[in-house]
Amino acid sequence: MTSISSDQRERAGLRASIYRLLDGDIFYSFSHSPLVVIAAAITLAYFLAAVFAPFIAPQNPFDPGALNLMDALTPPAWTADGNTRFLLGTDNQGRDILSTIMYGNRISLVVGFCAVIFAATIGVSLGMAAGYFGGWIETIIMRIADIKLAIPGILIALMVDGVARSALPLEMREDLAIYVLIFAIGFSEWPRYARVTRGATMVERSKDYVAAARVIGISPVPILVRHILPNVMGPVLVLGTIGLALAIIMEATLSFLGVGVPPTTPSLGTLIRIGNNFLFSGEWWITMFPAAALVILVLAVNLLGDWLRDALNPKLR
Amino acid sequence: MIAYIIQRVFQAIGVMIAVAFTAFIIFNFVGDPVDNMVGMETSVKDREALKKNLGLDDPFVVQFARFMKNAAHGEFGISYQLQRPIAELIAERMPATLELVAVSAFLSLLIGLSLGVYTGIRRKSWLSNFILVGSLAGVSLPTFVTGILLIYIFAVSLGVLPSFGRGTVVQLGWWSTGFLTVAGWKAMILPSITLSLYQMTIILRIVRSEMLEVMRTDYIKFARARGLTDRAINFGHALKNTLVPVITIAGLNIGSLIAFSCITETVFQWPGMGSLFIQAVGFADIPVMATYLMMVGLIFVILNLVVDLFYSVVDPRLRVGRSVMAGN
Repeated sequence: MTSISSDQRERAGLRASIYRLLDGDIFYSFSHSPLVVIAAAITLAYFLAAVFAPFIAPQNPFDPGALNLMDALTPPAWTADGNTRFLLGTDNQGRDILSTIMYGNRISLVVGFCAVIFAATIGVSLGMAAGYFGGWIETIIMRIADIKLAIPGILIALMVDGVARSALPLEMREDLAIYVLIFAIGFSEWPRYARVTRGATMVERSKDYVAAARVIGISPVPILVRHILPNVMGPVLVLGTIGLALAIIMEATLSFLGVGVPPTTPSLGTLIRIGNNFLFSGEWWITMFPAAALVILVLAVNLLGDWLRDALNPKLR
Repeated sequence: MIAYIIQRVFQAIGVMIAVAFTAFIIFNFVGDPVDNMVGMETSVKDREALKKNLGLDDPFVVQFARFMKNAAHGEFGISYQLQRPIAELIAERMPATLELVAVSAFLSLLIGLSLGVYTGIRRKSWLSNFILVGSLAGVSLPTFVTGILLIYIFAVSLGVLPSFGRGTVVQLGWWSTGFLTVAGWKAMILPSITLSLYQMTIILRIVRSEMLEVMRTDYIKFARARGLTDRAINFGHALKNTLVPVITIAGLNIGSLIAFSCITETVFQWPGMGSLFIQAVGFADIPVMATYLMMVGLIFVILNLVVDLFYSVVDPRLRVGRSVMAGN
């Protein structure tokens, strides 16, 4: 960190904005809507479970030494044949469902987050460039974004995933699956961010502070990064929250369809896929608990996103 | 107006060429087509001959032109995995997908629109709140989870509805339909609910927010001041002005349904184009993927074109200022 005065001013501004946040309408509306507080608590719990999975999970489901085939297909603990060691039952290999959910949740969150960051980075950069420079740069970027927005993201993700898999040699497909997935989901989602950022950038560009920065001779890139970026982050944040839910759903869907992460490092979607095979023989817990975990996570993140959007939109107050 | 139509048609053609070009690139440059067609023991000489035979050593532009010509004639090559002409596979599976999408589109529009209008008008009623919370659950429920839940409840536990396939189908020429038998309709119930649920909630939410937006405008206040009945205001004034977004939704809705049919078809083992595509992704069956890309691209381009042209018919304002639409 340098000690330029503008930098200090920015930091002071940040501190002021935190105070403003705690004192302002947004925090008020947060603390006064119980549903949103619950959603935030649930989301936080998922994060903690993901980070500390190796320490709090009852079992390491991917350590063959910890597994016992005799425990296979144990129903949940509260049923007649249940075992208190396995709260949510076990799968066909004797893996504790609660533990596989915790580990699966990890993969789902990691892929979701990386995909959102990837999409937002591309989208915000292109959107700012389009909004600030205009002209042919804007035309090209927004035309591509428009075409991509017209096609549902899941199709683009499937397509990118399929092509990337075909391009990779067979033995590397499993190892690189998670990166392919992040790329595919992020690549399919960037136009949303580009469109929103472009609009916000166009508004900011015409303001006096940007004109002033231009007049004193700051070149476009620093203007974009240090002056405009902080002011367009609001809508991007909303989009990112809703986008996280979307990315988690997409990851789960691709994994469920068998073209996502491999069964060796299962995400929630992979677990649901594995469990689906046992649905007809009556072992419902193998698929239903991961599915419930997925739905609760997505619902909580969606609630947060919805609230954030309404809270940041003065028209709806 | 005519200039606008011509401009939009040219744009659509441009997009279609871009999609075809992407499909062509994927088709020709991802993996080696020769490798995919012959076994390991083929000699280099035979490979060269095959390459020449397939025209793979022609200039790039010539190859692309030939690809376009073949595509226009409905020749998309042969599936690596199934070793059958792709045009044949698509024709065989298209009716299943289109019937499923048609039923789902009808369901989602009908229910989504009516619930959206209701929650938009009776904003504070408990039923509206209930529907809205339910719709949030609908958005959060991934399509495949909905499918699994429905299968578990209605096929495994209650055993009243089939969990896979199309039931009994009747052949009408090359078109196979499930609409003519009871078993066909029964098989349609769970997949169509699964497919339409997500779209239904999206439509509901958009129609609702659009209604709320319109209800705030001055002309609604004025209509109220004039003493018009609620009915006249809600349906005569408000609903009419929400129609533009509704048309967009209806058009894009069908596109989304086709995209999401991949998932529903896989869950219910529905023998349509979507499950063919998912298999192709799993097996890295490039020709099938490229063809599916072209088909879906074509459907989307046509839908978007129709929606855009419809706009200017429905909303006279857009005939003057098109920028409103471009910057929505």
